[in-house]
Amino acid sequence: MSRTSLLLADVDKARLAQSYPNIFRPSPFQRLQTIAIVGALVGLFLFGMVWLGFSFEKLVTGISRLGVILGLMFPPSPGNLLNLYLKGLAETLAIAFLGTMLGAILAFPLAFIAAKNVVGQRIVHFLSRRFLDTIRGVDTLIWALIFINVVGLGPFAGILAVAISDVGSFGKLFSEAIETADTKPVDGVTSTGGSTLHQIRFGIVPQVLPVIQSQVLYYFESNTRSATVIGIVGAGGIGLYLSNEINQQNWDHVAFIILMILVTVAAIDYISGRARFAIIGRRANPV
Amino acid sequence: MSNYPHRLTHQTSAYLDQYGAAVAAKRRRALLFAFALVVCTALAAWGGEVDLRKFVEGLPRFWSYFYDIMPKLRIAHFSADFAEWFWNWDGWLRLLAETLLVAYVGTFLGATVAFGLCFFASANLLKNTIARAFVRRSLEFCRTVPGIVFALLFVYALGLGPIPGVLAVAIHTVGALGKQFSEVVENIDMNPVDGVRSTGSTWVEQIRFAVVPQVSSNFVSYTLLRFEINVREASVMGFVGAGGIGKELLSSIRQFYYSDVSAILLMIITTVFVIDLLTERLRHRLLGFEEHR
Repeated sequence: MSRTSLLLADVDKARLAQSYPNIFRPSPFQRLQTIAIVGALVGLFLFGMVWLGFSFEKLVTGISRLGVILGLMFPPSPGNLLNLYLKGLAETLAIAFLGTMLGAILAFPLAFIAAKNVVGQRIVHFLSRRFLDTIRGVDTLIWALIFINVVGLGPFAGILAVAISDVGSFGKLFSEAIETADTKPVDGVTSTGGSTLHQIRFGIVPQVLPVIQSQVLYYFESNTRSATVIGIVGAGGIGLYLSNEINQQNWDHVAFIILMILVTVAAIDYISGRARFAIIGRRANPV
Repeated sequence: MSNYPHRLTHQTSAYLDQYGAAVAAKRRRALLFAFALVVCTALAAWGGEVDLRKFVEGLPRFWSYFYDIMPKLRIAHFSADFAEWFWNWDGWLRLLAETLLVAYVGTFLGATVAFGLCFFASANLLKNTIARAFVRRSLEFCRTVPGIVFALLFVYALGLGPIPGVLAVAIHTVGALGKQFSEVVENIDMNPVDGVRSTGSTWVEQIRFAVVPQVSSNFVSYTLLRFEINVREASVMGFVGAGGIGKELLSSIRQFYYSDVSAILLMIITTVFVIDLLTERLRHRLLGFEEHR
C-alpha cells in the first residue's frame, strides 16, 4: 500500500467518493442498521446457548467420550451380522425407490390441479397448495410413526411415509414446473380443436417431463438418505440395526453400518447424477 | 393425419421415413426403460415386504386414525373443548420454542463454520488440490450421514437434552451449506479478485473485499433456506432424546393420546408454515435488492 504510484490522485478519490457516497461514507443510519441486525443475530444465538443449557464443561467431557467411542470404532467390522446388514440396506433402497415412485405417481395429477395455469380457479389453487404445504410441514419420521399405526412395523410403513412426504414436495415442484411452461404449444393444440386433456398431454407434458424426471431422480437420492434413518422408529431399513448397535455400544458395528450407508449414498448419488445430466444437461440442477 | 397432402415428393417421403425410424427408436427406448422400471419395482416390492392385502386392510385404519386424532369440538362448548384440546399449550409452546432455538443455534453455528470452510473448497480460490479435496470430502461426510445419526451418537456422549440436537443440526448444516457456498464462490466474477490482488493484498483481504461482497446475498438466502429445513429436522430430534417437541409427539403417538397428537402436529405445521413464509419474504427482498444494485 506504500507504493505511491498505485495511489489515486486526490481529485480522482474525491470524484469517486462523490459518485458512490454510500460506499465511501455510509450514512449513520445504515451503519446502525447493520450493527443492529448482526447484534440481534448474535444476541439470539447467545441467548439460545444459555437457554438450551450449553456448558463447556459438559462439552469437553462429551467430546472426550466421543473420542473414546471413535477409538472403539476402529477397525469397523460387521461381526457375523453382515448378511443382516446387507438385507437392511436392500430394504432401505427398496423403501427409497418405491416411496419415490409412489410419491411421484400420486403427485403428478395433483400438480396439475395445483397449477395456476391449468385449473383457473383461485380457490382450488389456494386449497391444493395449502394441502401440499401441510403434508410437507410434517417430517418423514412423523409420517413413519403414523403409518406404523396403520400397517404395522416394517418397511411397508416406511415406503408409505416416504411416498406421502414426497407427494407434498413433488406436488409443489411439479406444479411450479407446469406454471413456468411455455403457453405456445398449448395454444397450438387448442387451435387444432384439442380438448383440455389434449392440451395437457401434448402441450404441457412434453415440456415438463424432463424437469420432473430430474426432480424424481434427485429425490430418490435424498430419500435414500432419509430411508437410512426411518428404521430408528421401526419403519424398516438399516436404521433399526444402527440404533440397536448404538444402544448396545457395539461401536465397530456402528462404524461399519455408517460406512455402508456412506458407500451406498455415494453410489446412488453418482448414478442419479449421471442420469440427471443425461436428461437435462449439466446446468439445471434442482437445489 | 388423414388429410395429408396427396402428392408426396420424394424428399418428404424420405423425411417421413426418417421420422418414423426416430419415433420407433424412441419407443424402443421407452419400452426398455419401462421394462427396467417394472423389474426394479418388483425387486423393491419383494425386498420392502409390500403387502397389498395388509395395505387394503390398513387403509380404513388410516382414515379412522385421522378421524380419531381430530379434536371433539362442539359448537355449544367450543371454548371449553378448545381449552381441553390444547390443555398443555404452555408446555408445548415452550418445547416448540426449544425446537426453534435448536434449529437457530444449529444453523448459526453451521453457517459460521461453513462460511469459514467454503473458500477452501472452491477451485478458483484454492489451487492446492489435496487440501481442497480434503475439505470437500469432509463436507461430503457431514452431509451424507443423516443428522439424526449424529444426534444418536451425541446423545450417547453428551447425555439427553437439546445440546446434542444442536450439534447434530450444526454438523449437517456445515456439510450442506459448505457445498452450496463453495458452488456460489466458484461462480463469481474473478476480475474484482484480480483487481484487489494487484494492490498487493493478502489472500484474506482478497476474499474480504473481492469475494464476500459478490456472494453475501446468496449466502444469506441459502442460510435462510437451510434454517427452514432445520426447523423441520429439529422437530424430530426429540425422537432420539435430542431436545425439542419431538419427544412429546413420539410419546403421544405411541401411547395413543389422540387429541394431543393433532394439537402438537397442528402447532408444528403452523410454525413451519410461518417460518416458510417469513424466510421466503426475506429471500425475495434480498434477491430483489440484488437486482436493483
